[in-house]
Amino acid sequence: MQAFEYASPTTLKEALSLLGERWGEVDVLAGGTDLLSLMKDYVHTPKRVVNIKGIAELGGIRRTPAGLRIGATVTLDELLASPVVRTEYPSLWTAADGVRSPQIRNMGTVGGDLCQRPRCWYFRLGYGLLAQKDGTSLVVNGENKYHAIFGGGPAYFVSASSLGPALVALGAKVRLASASGARELSVEEFFVIPKSDAEREIALRPNEILTEILVPPATGVRNATYEVRHKEALDWPLATASVTLRMKGATVESARVVMGHVAPIPWVAREAERLLAGKTITEEVAEQAGKAAVAGARPLSQNGYKVRLAQVAVKRALLAAARGKA
Amino acid sequence: MSEPNYRWPARDKRRVMGTRVNRIDGPAKVSGRGKYGSDINQPGMLFAALLTCPHAHARVRSVDIKEAQALKGVTAVEVMSGPGTVIQWAGTEVAAVAALTEEIARDAVRRIKVDYEVLSHAVKEEDLKAAGGRSKPAGEVLVGDPDDAFKKADVISEGEYGIPVLQHCCLEPHGQVVMWKGDTIEYWPSTQNVSGIGGDLAQSLSIPAANVHVRQDHVGGGFGSKFSADRWGVVAAKLSKASGGRPVKLFLDRRTELEIAGSRPSGFARIRLGARKDGTIIAWESQSWGTSGPGGGGVAATQLPYVFVNIPNKRVNHTGVITHTGPARAWRAPNHPQASFLTCCAIEDLAAKLNLDPLEVFDRNFQYTARPEVYRAQLRKAAELSEWEKLWHPRGQAGPGPVKRGLGIGVATWGGLGHASDCRTTIHPDGSVEVELGSQDLGTGTRTVIAMVAAETLGLSVGQIQVKIGDNRYPPSGGSGGSTTVGGVAVSTRKSTMNALQKLLEAVAPALGVSADQLEAVDGRIQVRGNPAKSLTWKAACQKLGVKPIVEMGRNDPKNPMGMISQGVGGIQIADVSVDVETGVVKLNRLVAVQDCGLIINPKTAESQVYGACIMSICGALFEERIMCQQTGRFLNADMEFYKLAGIDDIGEIIVHLDITPEHDARGVIGLGEPPVVPGIAAIANAVANAIGVRVPRVPLTPDRVLAALEGRRA
Amino acid sequence: MKRSKDPESQAQPKGLSRRGFIRGVGLSGGAVGLLHPEGEAAPAPAVLGPGPVPITLLVNGKPHKLEVEPRVTLLDALRDRLDLTGAKRVCDRGTCGACTVILGGKAVYACSVLAIDAQGKPIQTVEGINAGGRLHPVASAFVNQDALQCGFCTPGFVMAAKAFLDRNPNPTLEQVRKGLGGNLCRCGTYVGIRQAVLEAAKQMRGGARNV
Repeated sequence: MQAFEYASPTTLKEALSLLGERWGEVDVLAGGTDLLSLMKDYVHTPKRVVNIKGIAELGGIRRTPAGLRIGATVTLDELLASPVVRTEYPSLWTAADGVRSPQIRNMGTVGGDLCQRPRCWYFRLGYGLLAQKDGTSLVVNGENKYHAIFGGGPAYFVSASSLGPALVALGAKVRLASASGARELSVEEFFVIPKSDAEREIALRPNEILTEILVPPATGVRNATYEVRHKEALDWPLATASVTLRMKGATVESARVVMGHVAPIPWVAREAERLLAGKTITEEVAEQAGKAAVAGARPLSQNGYKVRLAQVAVKRALLAAARGKA
Repeated sequence: MSEPNYRWPARDKRRVMGTRVNRIDGPAKVSGRGKYGSDINQPGMLFAALLTCPHAHARVRSVDIKEAQALKGVTAVEVMSGPGTVIQWAGTEVAAVAALTEEIARDAVRRIKVDYEVLSHAVKEEDLKAAGGRSKPAGEVLVGDPDDAFKKADVISEGEYGIPVLQHCCLEPHGQVVMWKGDTIEYWPSTQNVSGIGGDLAQSLSIPAANVHVRQDHVGGGFGSKFSADRWGVVAAKLSKASGGRPVKLFLDRRTELEIAGSRPSGFARIRLGARKDGTIIAWESQSWGTSGPGGGGVAATQLPYVFVNIPNKRVNHTGVITHTGPARAWRAPNHPQASFLTCCAIEDLAAKLNLDPLEVFDRNFQYTARPEVYRAQLRKAAELSEWEKLWHPRGQAGPGPVKRGLGIGVATWGGLGHASDCRTTIHPDGSVEVELGSQDLGTGTRTVIAMVAAETLGLSVGQIQVKIGDNRYPPSGGSGGSTTVGGVAVSTRKSTMNALQKLLEAVAPALGVSADQLEAVDGRIQVRGNPAKSLTWKAACQKLGVKPIVEMGRNDPKNPMGMISQGVGGIQIADVSVDVETGVVKLNRLVAVQDCGLIINPKTAESQVYGACIMSICGALFEERIMCQQTGRFLNADMEFYKLAGIDDIGEIIVHLDITPEHDARGVIGLGEPPVVPGIAAIANAVANAIGVRVPRVPLTPDRVLAALEGRRA
Repeated sequence: MKRSKDPESQAQPKGLSRRGFIRGVGLSGGAVGLLHPEGEAAPAPAVLGPGPVPITLLVNGKPHKLEVEPRVTLLDALRDRLDLTGAKRVCDRGTCGACTVILGGKAVYACSVLAIDAQGKPIQTVEGINAGGRLHPVASAFVNQDALQCGFCTPGFVMAAKAFLDRNPNPTLEQVRKGLGGNLCRCGTYVGIRQAVLEAAKQMRGGARNV
């Protein structure tokens, strides 16, 4: 780890005043489960670290007329302990529960989950976000069994966010604050596919802090997440799917189907969403939706299996959502 | 006085041996009090860090350490791979820095400038055809007339199987604290070779072995990788000397640990079996290959077929493949798990081809093993414990639904005996007893076993024995490898304590009015044989020594085990798995291990050894693999996130059956470090084939490979 | 690219704000003043380091004052500065759990917490729960069930198990299997650990009734 200066402000205003104008200058510390590793590997070498855990206004889960407001520094453990999340947002709950380390759930925050960096081994070894050497992708010609099957490059890492797909499927928004004000983005817009190593995989700017997540009310919707896991203990899922179904009786009025760990961003399966509208979820419909979800997949040399896994994840998430209550 | 009749007490006479004793170093370990090498903090201690090479193959042109030396807080910098050095694997140590803090040492490492001439590298060996000039054929082993036998065979079964390079991944990384002051060295390594490692370090530093004092209370895993002082031990000593003799702590970080401090060779093979309709194998042909890094290596031609060594007609070829990867080190039962996997997969594929129950095919072919009846009995037991009759089905007939269950078999053998070991027993006039050996406890329960043997001999309780190991000033004991430790230390301890007791009995005899040979040590007393009424308490007996303690030695001579220890055990494991054929995810339901192991001193720690070995097999069968990148030459998953190990919820249920019988007991003590770690991967791979109806040719049985096999393509 | 308008920022490492700069000066000028408001402006956040900073860690009920750079992890502070070596450094990347300690009542990976950030909350280490030569029921159950071999993962597992039982005093085997997913063992001691946690739960419930 490179030496850095450290601040632990108690107000958002103070925290914002300490941020940099460019990536790489200042890192925001919340749970630390990713940042410390990035710094130890010299992937991040900030000159300053701003700890935001002491800022009271960034914590807490609160029901508001606009939905559920989740503070950025709410830990995964706190999220899992929320009865509202458990009963009304099972897709979010299941996604958080997929982080199978109590220690990470105790430390890791909701904001940190969205802002964590990709786990791509080339990126972590210092080959940059796009993992290129002499202008060509190391991923395409290399070891890519855990890499993206959607997105078409030049980025091939997969978004590491556990909660992202569920939040996108639920239509959640994030609030991003800077010294000059705050803006809101849908979680879907928050995740972006970078085109160069200098860009980031999220729309956050270096002078901004993600302050809260707003999840719309779950009235009239069913939602679920399914993860294909290699290990039961702490491990990154191989592919996941989160679905939100707006129901009219037994019929799907509209659907959101979002896959995780298959693209540099949570990947919205629009074909599957279209297919589901107006249908009743049956084994066959779920199967068809799974197929539709992966129809556009472009796997690499070693990750063709993930197409199948994503397909199964979509099917199983839909069936789980259909079993759940609206 | 004649030499005592060294042997184990009769089974029905043992009071301590054979009972379930909690490991005596348990409290120190569970409370965090126990100190491992990496826990040693010495006054004035410096921290060292390594600069390692990011290239798999490169020539060092220059190393500039000036900026590192100039950094405040740096006390010494040593170049380990100077100009001209050709680096053969990524992670090779190039330079080392000692500094006041670890943070400064790491900062300094980043200031070292190395200019490399990057050379072409090859880090893959899965495809033998692609190996070209890197192949090192080991020569053919030919027995009988395989060509003729294949012609006569009713059926020929062919298959290709593979198991990748695995890593030791000791939780305590390799390293040491070392202090080179004046002409002596104080050395706290993490080692499985307390008595030998000091000499190794001394030789590298050209100083007398007598000047190196080794101490180690506990070691955080070795598995075969921690015998020598290694380059990091040598450089740490040099850094200490260059820093005025201040102690230096240098332990590898996790990436370096995985890259350079231990791996086990891969094993791939194409195997052809010729057999009669009843499953009797009459011909074997194999071409195997693998890598152990720059040396080629892998499963030796003499190791295939495994266990079924007496198949009458064989043609066996092995090719080592040279790669620019971290070199292999001994890994629990070197090459046996690979050989077991290759052989047992081929046999179950033959059974499937003949539509026979593998139980029957294994049974029929046990005639080719060294101990047919032992294996037959073990297979029956394993089948019973795994509910084979109820759960087994012909390959691929697992019934409807996406989750398919299956069972599979793996077979093992291993040697044993005991390494050279000397033990010194001291009985003090106050009754306290010290037993000293320059041995080590890798977590196998060695300390406890020593205490139990001593307690048994002296008629005392385990708590009355002070076991002192982990110091090379104690009488020398071998390094812990090859399951030879328990044999070695049990015999030397038994002899040493018997010798000491003999002296005590002689000293006490006059007081009890009988000759020494009429006395015995039982239940904390020295008594006239069979007559507790004529006795002295242990303490009173020891007081007869006056002021002079008894000090007696005992030795295990590997060439003359005197019937107290033995070698050659068998083991069978049966795995029960469920495979989700939609996702390719394999879950272990149950792993049954039946193991013979001679005389068991502590069933509790013996069982733990087997449980642990089973879990290691589960890791190897389902999760572990070193992933090398040919473009970068790097070991991509040299971490604990993608170098996957099973967690507590990934192992299903494990059933251990130690084959404790009077016949096995009579063979004496046999080590358990290696045998149970051998057959599990084979059993799990066979269970998956049984479940899904097709062979997944390569482990680990990850979803990509399972799905590829189901879809009839290569992963 | 937008740059800070403050001319003083030119004299600094790129992009650091003025307040950070002032803080930096403050530190070199005497450190303690950092915590006080500067000038007329609203209370400015203190920026500490990058050099050694005095911190206080409340470990096993006792405050420990030490000086560490902000980059020093809690794990390294415990092991290297306080000689509390029960928590082990294994992966050092928040994966294996060997460094588990209980911070503010919750199990955390000490390798992934900055020491400076661990101030103000009680820190419990394996040494603390086994103080005075008396084994905590969890630790004692690990011994009874032989839930250890080399023992290097064991203190982390003991702490994870304690934290788990503090929240789940009456767990099923299934819950134990799921509740300890953040720790890894290489020797393969999981069978014993499962039994040990169940045994400890029983012991601790019994103990509670006796009190």
